[in-house]
Amino acid sequence: MIPTLLTLLPADDSSWITFDVPSLMQNFWSATFDGLTFGSIYALVALGYTLVYGVLNLINFAHSEVFIMGCYGVFFTLNFLGFGPSAPNLSLGSIIVNLLLALIVAMVASALTAFLLERLAYRPLRRRNAPRLVFLITAIGASFTIQYTIFLVRGPNPEAALTMFRPRPIFDVFGTIVDSQQLLIVIAAVIMMIFVDRFISTSRTGRGIRAVAQDPDTATLMGVNKERIIVTTFVIGGILAGAAALFYVMKIPSGVQYNGGFILGIKAFAAAVLGGIGNVRGALVGGLLLGLIGNYGQILLGNSQWTDVVAFVVLVLVLLLRPEGILGTSLGRSRA
Amino acid sequence: MSMTDGPTALPGAGADQAAADRESKGTPPGSSAAAPRRGWFAGWSERWQAMPRQQQWALLLVVVVLAYLLPVIDPPLISTEPGNDFPLACQTMAIYALVAVGLNVVIGYAGLLDLGYIAFFAVGSYTAAMLTSPDSTFLKIPYLWTIPVAMAVTMFFGVMLGVPTLRLRGDYLAIVTLGFGEIVRILATIIPAMKGQVGFQNVGHPPGVQSNGVPVFANSNGVPWYWLTLTILIIVLLLAGNLERSRVGRSWIAIREDEDAAETMGVPTFKYKVWAFAIGASIGGLSGALYSGQVGFVNNQKFDVVTSILFVAAVVLGGAGNKVGAILGGAIVAYIPLRFTAIADYKYLIFGLTLCLIMIFRSHGLLAARQRLLAYGRHAYAAVRSSHDAKAKTALGGEAPS
Repeated sequence: MIPTLLTLLPADDSSWITFDVPSLMQNFWSATFDGLTFGSIYALVALGYTLVYGVLNLINFAHSEVFIMGCYGVFFTLNFLGFGPSAPNLSLGSIIVNLLLALIVAMVASALTAFLLERLAYRPLRRRNAPRLVFLITAIGASFTIQYTIFLVRGPNPEAALTMFRPRPIFDVFGTIVDSQQLLIVIAAVIMMIFVDRFISTSRTGRGIRAVAQDPDTATLMGVNKERIIVTTFVIGGILAGAAALFYVMKIPSGVQYNGGFILGIKAFAAAVLGGIGNVRGALVGGLLLGLIGNYGQILLGNSQWTDVVAFVVLVLVLLLRPEGILGTSLGRSRA
Repeated sequence: MSMTDGPTALPGAGADQAAADRESKGTPPGSSAAAPRRGWFAGWSERWQAMPRQQQWALLLVVVVLAYLLPVIDPPLISTEPGNDFPLACQTMAIYALVAVGLNVVIGYAGLLDLGYIAFFAVGSYTAAMLTSPDSTFLKIPYLWTIPVAMAVTMFFGVMLGVPTLRLRGDYLAIVTLGFGEIVRILATIIPAMKGQVGFQNVGHPPGVQSNGVPVFANSNGVPWYWLTLTILIIVLLLAGNLERSRVGRSWIAIREDEDAAETMGVPTFKYKVWAFAIGASIGGLSGALYSGQVGFVNNQKFDVVTSILFVAAVVLGGAGNKVGAILGGAIVAYIPLRFTAIADYKYLIFGLTLCLIMIFRSHGLLAARQRLLAYGRHAYAAVRSSHDAKAKTALGGEAPS
């Protein structure tokens, strides 16, 4: 049976998996820039997983739904502002105003979802000291509930694609053009993450977050309001997911769908684990790396669906070889 | 467990202790911890325990006979709405019950959250389909032989997936299995030998032809399939019950209650976690093989990850750790969309919400896990203690105990 298996798989159709090194060489830079763009989005979502994991030691499965609510926020804003499938000719100023508007709505939608999630689903469990398994099952149940509420309201199909602006070439590197969209996403994401990193390591609330991550009981004894810190963490994760949602809709306008957050959530989690879960900088490193690996893998293996498989294999390999991730240190131990 | 360590295989002990203390106060689903936990049918369970053995057997026999007769009687109120064939609905319920019993080994006994159980179900289905369907170019074997092969193949996948993830804390397993559930579907799409959406037609079935030339196990003939599945379900139930009472089962429960304590007490936790995961996976493969045989057609559209959440809902609804509860939960999850077709579209929402609500308000489901194991421990301790006291008394007073 095994020899049959071996001879059969490639003979059937040789193009399902390739090791197309020339193609990768040819598209290396465009794959890199695109990978970094997607990587920034993963990183922003991964930060939500990492922060909640750091503080509560819980994989917040519903974070992908926090993200998709942000996507719907962007979609409805753009719909309201009258955007269509093709990009209108707007001045730079009005583009910025529209983007900021969509960003704010997305952030509010996501943060609100995260806040409600914490209040309605997780807080009652914390009250009665429920064990880990109960948290996880609730998280997946909440994720499911939000997904299928959206499904009932908006139906199974993706929303119409709305484009905000036409990416303009900015400069080229080794003959590959970097456009304004890619540049905007990467720079904005990195600035946000630096801001969050600073916030956590210098502000009073940030110190509280680190204290709770390190030891919730001692932190409470030292006068940290644990409940408030936990809510804040969820809201910060939500705000970042909202930003990620805007960039995601920019990049993939047709990706707004009731289950659109699912795979992205798993990839973002994989990114968080890759960088070192519980580590803010790790989320950035893991996200960018996963974006790159996924894009290279997809070109090398010759099918866009391989990105998901590659991300998954990376997750399993990281867990197998270096479960603490690349940067390893956790939220509680990060230096002030 | 530690709030700071992230995915370390062996978390530092310091911060752990507090977390362990906190956790031990809470009670996991289907736990048999200190606080008394009761399902909605707790009274029944006590009455059942109080019955003499013969009476239990007689009652069980009646239940089993009724279960076998269910599709033949087709009771009017219980029967599914027109358009849903009742014997086939029974078969679906039996398959879900079997899946729930398998998943219960993983979630209920060992306390490991497997969110991609559909993947094992899919692997089992594909194994059966690829070894019997004329559409596949593999070696062909008789259908009934594919069942053990499917179990072996899924068990292999379970071990492959379990070994890297089970060394870590349980929540990694949840996300890795969730990913795996999706990956199997993607691979079925990409790899040509698995035929993507085209799939495999005419999956084999057990031998036997009726007098009119139609096979006994035709796709639309629910009754024989239901009987076959029910028989296998009963066998699996007996085996799972034996496992539950064995050393392995006790280790699982120790791991579920407190992994670190179990490890300290000398339970090889990693080994038994892999066992639980592999056994659960093989039961998933078994049910997948049965499913593909009955449906007769397998393609990549049938194995959505969302269905695995329904499986988890079945186990949790029934009461994690209780195999009768798992059967009940599985049957309910399969039955409700078939009986009330008006709400069939809402089934994911309903069961997702059920999952949350049960966890928040009533974490032990319909039937609470049995407490007999711990109770047995207490009885044994009490017996030893009393005989010891008696001996001490004899030694002291020189009187024979009455």
